[in-house]
Amino acid sequence: MKIPKFMGYRRENGRVGIRNHVIILPLDDLSNAACEAVANNIKGTMAIPHPYGRLQFGEDLELFFRTIIGTGANPNVAAVVVIGIEPEWTDRVVQGIAKTGKPVKGFAIERSGDINTIAAAARQAKEYVQWASEIQKTECSLDELYISVKCGESDTTSGLASNPTVGNLIDKVVELGVTASFGETSEITGAEMVCKTRAATPEVGEAFIKTWNEYNDFILKEKTDDLSSSQPTKGNIRGGLTTIEEKAFGNLQKIGKKAKYVGVLKPAEAPKGKGLWYMDTSSAAAEAVTLWAASGAVVHIFPTGQGNIIGNPIEPVIKLSANPLTCSTMSEHIDLDVSGILRGELNLDEAGDKLIEVMLRTCNGRFTAAEALGHREFVLTKLYRSA
Amino acid sequence: MESAVRADLFRDSGFASTVTISEEEEHMIQFLVHEKEDTVGVATVDIKAGETAKGLMMDSGKKVEVKALMDIPLGHKIALTDFKSGDTILKYGHDIGKVVAFIRKGEHVHIHNLKTKRW
Repeated sequence: MKIPKFMGYRRENGRVGIRNHVIILPLDDLSNAACEAVANNIKGTMAIPHPYGRLQFGEDLELFFRTIIGTGANPNVAAVVVIGIEPEWTDRVVQGIAKTGKPVKGFAIERSGDINTIAAAARQAKEYVQWASEIQKTECSLDELYISVKCGESDTTSGLASNPTVGNLIDKVVELGVTASFGETSEITGAEMVCKTRAATPEVGEAFIKTWNEYNDFILKEKTDDLSSSQPTKGNIRGGLTTIEEKAFGNLQKIGKKAKYVGVLKPAEAPKGKGLWYMDTSSAAAEAVTLWAASGAVVHIFPTGQGNIIGNPIEPVIKLSANPLTCSTMSEHIDLDVSGILRGELNLDEAGDKLIEVMLRTCNGRFTAAEALGHREFVLTKLYRSA
Repeated sequence: MESAVRADLFRDSGFASTVTISEEEEHMIQFLVHEKEDTVGVATVDIKAGETAKGLMMDSGKKVEVKALMDIPLGHKIALTDFKSGDTILKYGHDIGKVVAFIRKGEHVHIHNLKTKRW
């Protein structure tokens, strides 16, 4: 298969993006108001408010910085204005993003107040957005993409058709040199030993099992009753899923039949090379996609059964479903309808090709359903309570 | 009169469109089998007891038929072979749990006769 091309944005560090956002990024919860004021004033910019950034410590603080800096560093972002309550941590975010070579400037509210900060940050944002609006797209190759995959609101149609369609795409594009990532540690439970065998080397398989065991120990410590009453869920059971293994194997269909993952990533950690990567993420859609966007993924593929409607501010989320009811009652949320697989009208190979086509069109600039509907769920993963 | 100018610009086969399932199409395939090793199929429509249900192997495109001994609701599993207590059931080519009650080919496989080996 010839490697397809698309028109994208090649950034200062050589990475390829498919959107050209100028973002106004708060360091902390206190700075959301100023960021939103700047974005309201300067057209074409986008504030990304969130509830954290104060008194976090240890690994939780490191994950916070990795996520905020990674969001600014994502190739879908052209330039960044950072606003924080105080200058030191604000500068830590600015310096982290600046490593990509993209324009970034920080503003601190203490000793200036909101109004002066908003005025200064808005002037900078205006310059950035005018500069970004002149950036021309250039021809990019599919293998320059970093994509992420995760499913949500799954039902039996997910395991039958929409997840295997994503798996078909993964097998095809990873072979062409695309970088890809999957995760959802909790939802691999039941298929963890098979997931281990999908690692490229025994060492990588061990690293995966270590990550999974840490999660499983946490669940066993925190659970209040036998988990078999909640996994599969009552809704899963009504839909025909019987055991946790069956649910997990349905989930694992998303990594296809051939692709092997080459490494294990911490939450929001950028892949160190091409190929398929496992990332330790929650199975909650908005949290997981936020982590992938922060790791540099530029487009997300999201199969759904019952109809999860998630989007992300900087990483377009493409939805597909094989549930005919979801595709008809929630059609405005679905980018690709693969329900034909259930009727024997479409095979997985054809569905995978259609999904690649939809992905390329999205990379060329077509808004996803979630973008058009304004879904910008940005949810930070918090490991434990703050000091 | 409402304008319908260039409606063709927005009609797009690659993206979601309204789905209509005719009665005839609905009965062409009644269950799917993920992998050739699998010992259960998944109903893609409600299957009625007594029907000879038509299925499709997803990996090879091969057709299979099983006489349904019970009603199998959409999304639920139909046994492709007989099982005795303690047998393992395969779906996606993998072990998804153990049989806890005798199951005949064509019967409904669910929480009453299949349990995880984990808990």
